[in-house]
Amino acid sequence: MDNNQGDPVMRRLFSRRRLLKAGGALAITPAIAGVLSACGGDDDDDDAPSGGSTTTTGGGGDTIKVGILHSLSGTMAVSEVAVKDADLMAIDEINAKGGILGKKIEPIIEDGASDWPTFAEKAKKLIQSNKVACVFGCWTSASRKAVLPVFEQNKALLYYPVQYGGLESSPYIFYTGATTNQQIVPSVEYLLKEGKKKMFLLGSDYVFPRTANKIIKAQLAASGGATVAEEYTPLGHTEYATIISKIKAANPDVVYNTLNGDSNVAFFKQLQGAGLTAEKLTTLSVSIAEEEAAAIGGDIMQGHLVAWNYYETTKTQENEKFVPAYHSFTAKSGKQRPTSDPVEAAYISVHLWAMAVAKAGSTDVEKVKAAMAGLEFAAPEGKVKVHATNHHISKTVRVGKIRKDALIDEVYATSAPVEPDPYLETYSWGGEFAKEKKG
Amino acid sequence: MDVFLQQLFNGFSLGSILLLVALGLAFSFGLMNVINMAHGEMIMVGAYSAYVAENWFEDLMGSSGFEYYFFFALAMAFVVAAVLGMALERTLIRRLYGRPLDTLLATWGVSLVLQQGARSIFGAPNVQVTTPPWLQGGIAVTGDFSMPYVRLFIIGLVAVCMAGVYVYLTRTSAGRRTRAVMQNREVAGALGVVTPRVDVLTFGLASGLAGIAGCALALIGPIGPSLGTYYIVDAFLVVILGGIGQLIGTVVAALSVGWLNAILEYQTTASLAKVIVFALVIAFLQWRPAGIIARRAAR
Repeated sequence: MDNNQGDPVMRRLFSRRRLLKAGGALAITPAIAGVLSACGGDDDDDDAPSGGSTTTTGGGGDTIKVGILHSLSGTMAVSEVAVKDADLMAIDEINAKGGILGKKIEPIIEDGASDWPTFAEKAKKLIQSNKVACVFGCWTSASRKAVLPVFEQNKALLYYPVQYGGLESSPYIFYTGATTNQQIVPSVEYLLKEGKKKMFLLGSDYVFPRTANKIIKAQLAASGGATVAEEYTPLGHTEYATIISKIKAANPDVVYNTLNGDSNVAFFKQLQGAGLTAEKLTTLSVSIAEEEAAAIGGDIMQGHLVAWNYYETTKTQENEKFVPAYHSFTAKSGKQRPTSDPVEAAYISVHLWAMAVAKAGSTDVEKVKAAMAGLEFAAPEGKVKVHATNHHISKTVRVGKIRKDALIDEVYATSAPVEPDPYLETYSWGGEFAKEKKG
Repeated sequence: MDVFLQQLFNGFSLGSILLLVALGLAFSFGLMNVINMAHGEMIMVGAYSAYVAENWFEDLMGSSGFEYYFFFALAMAFVVAAVLGMALERTLIRRLYGRPLDTLLATWGVSLVLQQGARSIFGAPNVQVTTPPWLQGGIAVTGDFSMPYVRLFIIGLVAVCMAGVYVYLTRTSAGRRTRAVMQNREVAGALGVVTPRVDVLTFGLASGLAGIAGCALALIGPIGPSLGTYYIVDAFLVVILGGIGQLIGTVVAALSVGWLNAILEYQTTASLAKVIVFALVIAFLQWRPAGIIARRAAR
C-alpha cells in the first residue's frame, strides 16, 4: 500500500526511486545468467569479414580450420556438449595420425546457446570470418532449419549428427543421423512382425511427432496394422492420467511414443503408478537414449523398447575401442559420459569429412561433396556408406530394451545397413511424402 | 462405467494437484497482492529437496529406514522453500508492496536466477527420486478403474495442508494477525501488530507450501530446472478463478478446473481441453470478474 498518496510530487519521486531499485535487481538477472552459462567458445582471430567471398577454403594456413557449432549453454547443453566432445575426440584421433593433407585440423568452437537465431549468427561468423572448411553442429531440427539458408547462401558444408523427421535433403548438409526410414519405419515393421498390430500413437505437439505419426499411419494402413488412437500433448505437459485412461480404453498392442523432454518423465512415472508396467503394456520410444533413460530412472524405464542405430552395448570391434576411448576422453573434461546414438553419429561425421578431404586432395566444398558420395567407414555401429546422391548414410537399425542400469540391450537388428530414403520414395505407401521433394 | 469412475478420480486427483500448487500462491498473490512469478521455482526447490533428502538417507541409513525418507523430504522441502521465500521477501519483495506490476517483473527475474542456479548446482539434465515402496502400485477397484497410491497420497497431503492452513488462520494468534494485516494494514499496525514480521512469515508460509507441492510432484513428474514453469500458469489461473484472497474459492476453482479438464481431455485432446478450459474461465470472469467467491471486505 502506498503511503504517499497525498502528495503527487512526493509520490512520483518515491516510486521512481523504488522503480530504479527494482530495475537494478532486474538488470542483474541476465548478467548473472550470462556469467553462469558462459563457457568455451572463445575465438582468437578476428579477421574482418570479407563480405564478397562465397567459397570457404579453411586450408590457407598451417592448419585446416573446422567449425563446431553446438549449444554449450541453455536447455540443450546437456545433449549437445556430449556431441561436441565426440567431434573433438575424432579430430584428436585424426591429428594423432598426422592430420589430413599434411595439416592438423584446428577446431573453432562456437556456442549456439539453445537459441535458434544465435545458431544462424554463429554459423555465419564461422563461415565468413573464420573461413572454416566445414561445420559440425546442431541438434534440434529448429536449429538446423535456422542455419540451413546460411549454409546454402554461402555454399558451405554442415554435418548434422542427429536422427530427424526426414523430408529434407539440402545440397550443403550431410546427415549422419537416421532419417525416418532408418528408425521409425523399421521399428514399426519389427512391431508388426511381433504381432503387435494395434498401435496407440502418442507424441508431443510439434512438427517431428506429427510427421512421424503421419508416416506410421500410412505404413500401418498399407501393411495390415491399425492406428487405434493418435494423441498429442503440449510440450512440457506433465499430467497423463487421462491419456492413460484412453490407453486402457483403447487397449492397444503397443504405444508408439514420440513424446519429447520432460513429458516422458511424467508419462512413464504415471504409467508405472497406474500399474501398466512394461510386461503389461509394450511401448516403443524414439527420443529416449541412454542419458534420457538414466534421467527418468532405470527402475521405471526397465523393459520398455526404444529404436536407434547404435547403443553403448552394440557389439562390434570398432565399438570395443570407441566406448572406452569416449569414456576416458570425457572423463578428462570432468564428467564421464555414456556414448549414445548422436554421439556416435557425430564421431562418424568427422571421420567421413576427413576421408573425403583426403580423397579430394582439397578442402574445396564442391570437391569434398563429390568425394563424399559412396565413401565407406567402419563405424562403431558397423559399416556405413554415404549415399550417392541424397547426402544421408546407410545405417543398421536396432530395436533395444532398456535395462535396470539404464543401458540398452539390442533385441532386434536389421541384417544389413538400411539405405537412406528421406522422402520414402522406395515405399509403395510413401507417395504422399515423395511429393514433398523439391524439383 | 469404469472409465467414468476413473475419470472422476483423475479429475479429483488433478484438482488436488492444482490446489496444492495454487495454495501458496493464494497467500502471496491473493492475500499479499504480490504477483510472485518465482512461485514455480519454489516448487522446483521443493522437488530438488526430495532428491537431496533421498541421497542423504541413502548415504546415512543405507536401506533400513530408507522407505520413510519421504516424510523427512516433505519437512525439508517446506523449510528450505520457506527460508528462501523469507529471504526473498526481506531483500526484494518488501520494497515493492502495493505495486503488483513491479513485483511481477522483479520476481520473474528471480525465477530466471533460480532456474540457472539449479542448472549450475544440479546440472541441466533431470534428476530422479525413487518412489518409496509403500507408494508404488495402487488399489484396483474394478477391471479398468484403479487408484494409484501416489495420487491418493497427494489427495491426503492436500487435505492435511488445507486443514493446517485453516487452523493456522483461524485458531492461532499468528494466523489472526495475518488476517488482520491483510484486511487492513494501517489499522492492524496502529493496534500494535508488527506488520513487517507478519509479511515475512506469510510469504515464508506461501513459499513453504510451494515447497511441499514440489516434493509431492516429484513422485509423478520430472525434476529439472524448468519444472516450475509447467505449473505457474495453472496456479495463477486457479487463484484468479477462485477469487483473490479467498481460500475456499481456490479450493472450488481447483476442483472445478480439474474435473473439467479430465472430462474435456477424455472427450477431445489434451491441447484442445486446455484451450476450452481457458476459454471457459475467461468467459466466467467476464460474467463474474471477482471470481467464484468475491471478496466481501471493502478495500
